[in-house]
Amino acid sequence: MSFLVAAIRRDLLLAFRRRNDIVNPLAFFLMVGVMFPLGVSPEASVLSALAPGVIWVAALLACLLSVDGIFRTDFDDGSLEQMLVSPQSLHQLVMAKVICHWLISGFCLAMISPLLAMMLFLPGEGVMPLVLSLLLGTPALSMFGAIGAALTVGLRKGGVLIALLVLPLYIPVLIFGSGTVQAGAMGLPIAGYLALLGAILVFSTLLSPFAIVAALKISVRS
Amino acid sequence: MKIKMPRWFYQLASPRWFYDITSMLLPWFSMIALILMITGAVWGLVFAPEDYQQGNSYRIIYIHVPTAILAQSCYMLMAVAGGIGLVWKMKMAHVVAKACAPIGASMAVLALATGAIWGKPTWGAWWVWDARLTSMLVLLFLYIGVIALTSAFEHVASGDKAAAVLALVGVVNIPIIKYSVEWWNTLHQGATFTLTEKPAMPPEMWMPLLIMVIGFYCFFGAILMSRARTEVLQRESRADWVKSLVEQS
Repeated sequence: MSFLVAAIRRDLLLAFRRRNDIVNPLAFFLMVGVMFPLGVSPEASVLSALAPGVIWVAALLACLLSVDGIFRTDFDDGSLEQMLVSPQSLHQLVMAKVICHWLISGFCLAMISPLLAMMLFLPGEGVMPLVLSLLLGTPALSMFGAIGAALTVGLRKGGVLIALLVLPLYIPVLIFGSGTVQAGAMGLPIAGYLALLGAILVFSTLLSPFAIVAALKISVRS
Repeated sequence: MKIKMPRWFYQLASPRWFYDITSMLLPWFSMIALILMITGAVWGLVFAPEDYQQGNSYRIIYIHVPTAILAQSCYMLMAVAGGIGLVWKMKMAHVVAKACAPIGASMAVLALATGAIWGKPTWGAWWVWDARLTSMLVLLFLYIGVIALTSAFEHVASGDKAAAVLALVGVVNIPIIKYSVEWWNTLHQGATFTLTEKPAMPPEMWMPLLIMVIGFYCFFGAILMSRARTEVLQRESRADWVKSLVEQS
């Protein structure tokens, strides 16, 4: 357990030393959101209907953008290789990296999402479901994203490839995430949607570390 | 725990044995596929009765259903072969998995295209955001991901293993994606064939379809074997048996 905490602390410290990595996805998230009123229509009625999907897609893309960095720097300076040969549990190492990625991307996105919700005229009843669904859904996005990042970390051009590998896996989270917000905005109960998002989160937390560890071993050896 | 597999299973690992056995099987598969597909197509397109609601446009199911079934089972085979390759470190399993991906992708494209052609007169649109169409499209994306990942690695063995991991991740996710999309929106009619129920169609209609499905499976087997054989020759180009094979011909 102390290894897990130490690994999270290390990654968070590294992230705070390079604050750009934290700010960039958030700025990207807001900018993507701003493109929709400019591209579609500034009408409040149109935007409030689009808002749940737009905010969720923007959050998903922001997560995708930052996911490439999970293992990249450690791979480049060789510390990832040292971690793989160290006697510590790889499972915990991978979990620490994913948790850290979620804290600096998904968690922050959920915190600033009410701002985008106001700009896109999301009805007030939808804001709480939005934050809750992002809090439950984005950790699963980090999990799936880490699989893609681990598979492509050894390749020079991983960027577009990660999107190809990971976006199909994001679909269930997107469906239930924006479903939560739509139901909440119409005043319908959201517990069922949240339960499904939670189920996806538990499921991905259980299984994806195995895939991530296997993928890292393949990438580092090649 | 030590699991003892039958002897033929270990023999499958030998590229040379695979090459020899498939050179025997390939003509049979091709011939049976040709006969079944011609029989099924002529029976289905010419002699099968017209549908009372959809008229003649329903006849596209004789192509659409086999391609859709194959697109799905091809992914399963690819994932199983990839898993075998990861667990038993079997080179041939990776060759089979690699050969599966483009076939499955083209089957998915065919299923989507024939579905669109059928959808235009029946639903009045080439494309609707329906659950089964969408999950077939997602399946195509998963195939594209596997193909892209395999070719991105310079080192063949790493590309194989990475693609196998991705295929396994995909296979775990396919049911989740399928049910989430189904819950989201559905318009498509139910499955034509299920193992548990009697088909709702009369036998004159489903018999040719069954023949087409079996014919497509044989066709798939033949294509898979010839692709895998080419791949084996490329990978084993330094082996003595390949050199002597080239010198003979």
